[in-house]
Order: sequence, then structure tokens, then C-alpha cells
Amino acid sequence: MSKKTIKVDMLARVEGEGAFAVKVKDGEIVSTQFRIFEPPRFFEAFLRGRDHSEAPDITARICGICPVAYQMSSVHAMEAAFGITVDGPLRDLRRLLYCGEWIESHILHAAMLHAPDFLGYAGAIEMANDGHADTVKLALELKKAGNAIVTFVGGREIHPINVRVGGFYKVPHKRDFFPLREQLLKARDLAEAFVDWTAGFDFPDKARDYTLVALKHPDEYPMNEGRIVSNRGLDIPVEEYNAHFREEHVAHSNALQGFMTDGGAYLCGPMARFATSFDLMSERTRSAAQRVGLGPENRNPYRSITIRAIEALYAVDEALRIIDAYEMPDAPVAPFMTRAGTGMAATEAPRGLLFHRYRLEKDGTIAEAQIVPPTSQNQPSIEADLSEYIADILDQPDETIRLLCEQTIRNYDPCISCATHFLDLRVDRE
Amino acid sequence: MAKSRHRPRLGVFKFSSCDGCQLSLLDCEDELLAIAGAIDIAYFPEATRSDDVGHYDLAFVEGSVTTTHEAELILDIRARSSTLIALGACASSGGIQALKNGAETNAFIDTVYAHPEFIKTLDTATPISDHVTVDFELRGCPVAKHQLIELVAATLRGRKPQTPAYAICIECKMAGNVCVMVANGTPCLGPVTHAGCGALCPGYTRGCYGCFGPKETANTAALATRLADHGADKRQIQRLFSTFNTGAPAFRDEAKRHE
Repeated sequence: MSKKTIKVDMLARVEGEGAFAVKVKDGEIVSTQFRIFEPPRFFEAFLRGRDHSEAPDITARICGICPVAYQMSSVHAMEAAFGITVDGPLRDLRRLLYCGEWIESHILHAAMLHAPDFLGYAGAIEMANDGHADTVKLALELKKAGNAIVTFVGGREIHPINVRVGGFYKVPHKRDFFPLREQLLKARDLAEAFVDWTAGFDFPDKARDYTLVALKHPDEYPMNEGRIVSNRGLDIPVEEYNAHFREEHVAHSNALQGFMTDGGAYLCGPMARFATSFDLMSERTRSAAQRVGLGPENRNPYRSITIRAIEALYAVDEALRIIDAYEMPDAPVAPFMTRAGTGMAATEAPRGLLFHRYRLEKDGTIAEAQIVPPTSQNQPSIEADLSEYIADILDQPDETIRLLCEQTIRNYDPCISCATHFLDLRVDRE
Repeated sequence: MAKSRHRPRLGVFKFSSCDGCQLSLLDCEDELLAIAGAIDIAYFPEATRSDDVGHYDLAFVEGSVTTTHEAELILDIRARSSTLIALGACASSGGIQALKNGAETNAFIDTVYAHPEFIKTLDTATPISDHVTVDFELRGCPVAKHQLIELVAATLRGRKPQTPAYAICIECKMAGNVCVMVANGTPCLGPVTHAGCGALCPGYTRGCYGCFGPKETANTAALATRLADHGADKRQIQRLFSTFNTGAPAFRDEAKRHE
């Protein structure tokens, strides 16, 4: 009888601290555990008693890679509570800012964190030093264009300072966009080339019948708003999120795990958005997807790296569309009055659905906050993938198994700082 | 660090934080490959799987200490590093998570988690300098990229980084901004906050919220009086000093005076 544990105690090339353990007994997987040991930071507790206006800046600090997502979900939730809708150029500027974050975050993950798995390197710098310098430089240039958008609209790339409930502190003049527009026109070509580069990798031939959950908007690829839908017929307003999804606290993780209330695991993020809103991408993006043989029917999570590249191309395209249509609004912020009530919002962070709910007092003080990040929701799906996708290579050396496990986890671009409220790989062979 | 022929070995370590400060290094898109050419990136889990443990000429530490494991780890990193630099507000003052200092941590755990017994955490979030000798603290939530590059360049040459210690107000005047407090009565921490961001917020017509922490000899009491003159109530003043550098003594003490 053989027993063993294959593990990694500090998973590299992810955002935050996580670990992983697979227990194997007599050639069968007994359990898979994706552990988040990033220390808890208690944001929901800090938010109690703070002013509604502080939520975008405080929640941004949950994650340095996707602060815009936190800012967007929080301002939309507050606006829902106060009964206002931010429309027109202010809405467009928010979408533009989100495009910037999608580009920056997707390219960071695809080029620097995930691509080394496919090419067999420890990291992007090792990759650059071994014949891939041109591609790494291309990716850095593309990522820089994403950061340029965030800086232009938000003031700086990490923890932007220009977002507020109701809109912005200051909005740009139409004429100020010229250098950014030039940079994005070049970035669009880089993004096309990057899609083709990732599509050339060898992908493990693995797929599962996932429940895919994403926002859906009638007219646009989902970012800031929409209904919550799944590929299995779920179609609910954001306000019903808690009736259909729940979070569980398990002993091996400092992050809560998300399930559907019927108990099933689900997947959110690029593959889910791509499956449910493919037809709403720009023509250029759909052509690129077609060129590399990817469509909404894809259920191979290893190909998510190319879906991220395609979404980055879409974000460049969409940013250019917004810039060309932009007219400077009369005021940087929409007026509103605080009132007691509850506000909820979900937006599409680069990694997937990010739900915020706030209960507010009459003067706008936060009485209660609930934040459900995408990585919490994806944890059960990550564990299920590990059980299924490594089952046929258990006879191989531990290092081979370990590498495939890591690559599998990185399919989700896990954001561990977000989820702690994440990762180390252990395979136990008994 | 003395000049040497071999490339200095860098370790980048994460404690309790959002990852934003170490991400700033990966966000140096124009300089990253040059930096990687000049420095041997021996340990940087966010960027590479290689975990070359041993001695580091230079250690960047992001985040604050919030668990017993972190309190032990920082001693080990200090013992293996020639120069240890605290990166950002969490590492230099405890960060936003220092809001739990003085609060009932168990009440916080109960707020977030269904099974508090699974959670192991200290009652405090403390800066790296509370635990070990820190050679230099780079301020900011997050750190400013140009200052990070200056820090790397200075360290490679064995000189002190040029990071001015004056207030945001000086940067604001140099940028030619209209003072948001004088012109609009907007509460602004510019007069007591360490420079570094280039007076970003006032440039967007909002008040500084102090993410670079207090400057030396910050006259927070005088500023608080001025804020009150502009109509800020005690609660507003208390909250203004209680954000990303809430654990920095000058801000913490001023906040307490308005509880």
C-alpha cells in the first residue's frame, strides 16, 4: 500500500500567499486542498462606522492588482443605496478605467505569471533571459498601456485617487486624450500579436462541464453592470445574489469559499464571461478568437491564458471606442443625497464577479459591509479541477504533478490578498 | 552596500498587505529588465518560482506583521539580509489593517468569519521596525514608482536615496496647484504628510488623505484646529487621521484626541 502527499508550501507567481496539498492513497486521490494562509485583514469589520465616501479608497487596499474593481463595486453599491444612476460620459470614463485595469492585470498574469508554466521557466525574467526577450518586452509595453489608462483616468496605476461615489473628482478634456490614444493604437497591434503568441502553446487536453457565472448586459461585454447569469439558466438581478450564492468557512483556508445555494461549485472570470457574452465583443476581438480557434463553447481552463489575451485586446479596442466618442461632461460628479438603506452591486473584476453589499445609516455611515471576491468563489472549482486533472498522471514524478497542479491553479489567476478575508502545494501520498 | 563586482542578491518578501508595493516593481515596465540585469532577483515569489534562499544583499519587505508566523519570519529575514528596506505604508506604519490595533480582534473575526476558531492572528498589525532594525523606509500606499527606482539606483551605488522629507504642501506649490483648503475649504492632510506622490490628490481638486504618512515633526494639532474652523466635526477629523497610516504615532495620537 502506498501513501504520499504532494505539496507546495508557498505557491509562486500568484498574488498573495497560498498553498496546495494533494493526498494520494494506492494511486487514487483522496483529497485536494487549496489553502489560503495569507493573514486575514478584516476589511468588512474596518468598514463599519466609516463614511460611505471612504469605501472606494479603503476597499481598493484589499488588492494592489485590481483596486479599480473594488472601487467600482463599492461606488455602484453606494449609488444603488442612494437611488442614483451615474450615466453618460461619467459612466463611460468608469468603463475606460476598468478597461485599463483589465489590460494591466490580464497581461501581468498571462505574460509574467502563467506563460512560464507553458514554456517551462521559473518566471518571466528567466524567460526573457532565454530567448523570449522580445515577447516579454512586447507584453510589458502592452501592460504599460493598461497602466497608462488607469493613470490617465484615476491619477495613478495602483490605488487610483480620482474615483468617488457619484463620479470623479476631476474629468479630462477631450484634447488631453491624444497621447493616450496614440499609445493605445500601438497597443492594439501588440495585443493582437500577444493573442497569437499564447495560442501557440501546448495546452493539456482537459475540460470539465463547468457552471459558469458572470454578469450579462444586453448591449455590452460585461464590466460595470448587468444581471448575474450562468450557462445553466440562472438569470437574476444582483440584489438576489445572497439568495443564490453562499460562502462557507473551511478550516484549511483564511478565505471563505463560495458555493451556489444548491451546493454546487461554480467558476467565474474570463472563461465565464467569454462563454456568456462572446457575441458582445468587438468584431476585431471575435475575429482574433476565431483565428486562434476559440469560441464561447471552450471549457478547457488551460486556454484561459488566451482568453485573457483576447479580453485584453477587447479592452484596448473598447478603450479606443470610448475615447473617440467622449465628450467632456458638465460636472465631474452626479449630485446625490444620503439616505438609510442597503445597496448592492457586482462588477467584473479581471478575475471575475466581485459582489459588494452595504447597509447604510441615514447620514451615509456604513453599518454593515459584505464583500465577496472572485477568488473566494473560484476556490471550490480550483479544488475540483485538481482532483480531476491530475488523476491520470499520478504515476509520474512528484515534480511533474506539482508543476501541473500549479499551472491548473494559475488558470484562475487567483488573487489571494483579495480572497483573504489564499496558497502552498502539498501532495500527500498515503 | 559596498560596491561589488557580482550582482547584488535581492529578496522580495510579503507580509500582511495588498501586494501593491511589490507590484510597483513589476509595474516599472521600462526599467524592469534593466533592473533584473543589474540585480540578481534571488527570491520574489510573486514573479518567479525560483526560491534561492540564503543571504540577501538587499531585502524588500512589504506588509505589516499580523501573525506569530510573520513575527518569527521577519527575524530570520533580517538575520540573512545586509540591507533591509521597508516598502510602503504597511511595512512602515502597519497599514490599513492597523485599524484593528486597540479594537477587539475577536469581534473583528466574528464579523468576517463563521468559524472564528479556524483563524489565527495577532491582536495588532505592526510596522517592520517594531520587530527588527530597518535600514530605510520608503513611504506610500502604494510607494511611488520613481522613488522605488531611485531607491534601487541609490542602493546599487551605495548612497542614500533622495526622497525629500518635506510636506506634500511643498510639492503642491511646486506643481502650481491651487490650495484646496484655502480656496474650497476641503479638508487636506497636505501640511502634515510626507512628500513623495507629487501632490496627486490636490491636483485632482481633492484633499490629501495622507497615504505617505506623517512628515517629521508634523504639527497635526494645528491642522486639526484649522480643519475644525472649516467645519469638520470631531468624527471627520478622527477618521481623516485613521486610514492607511493609522499606526504612525503622529496620526494615531491626533486621531485619539478626537475620539
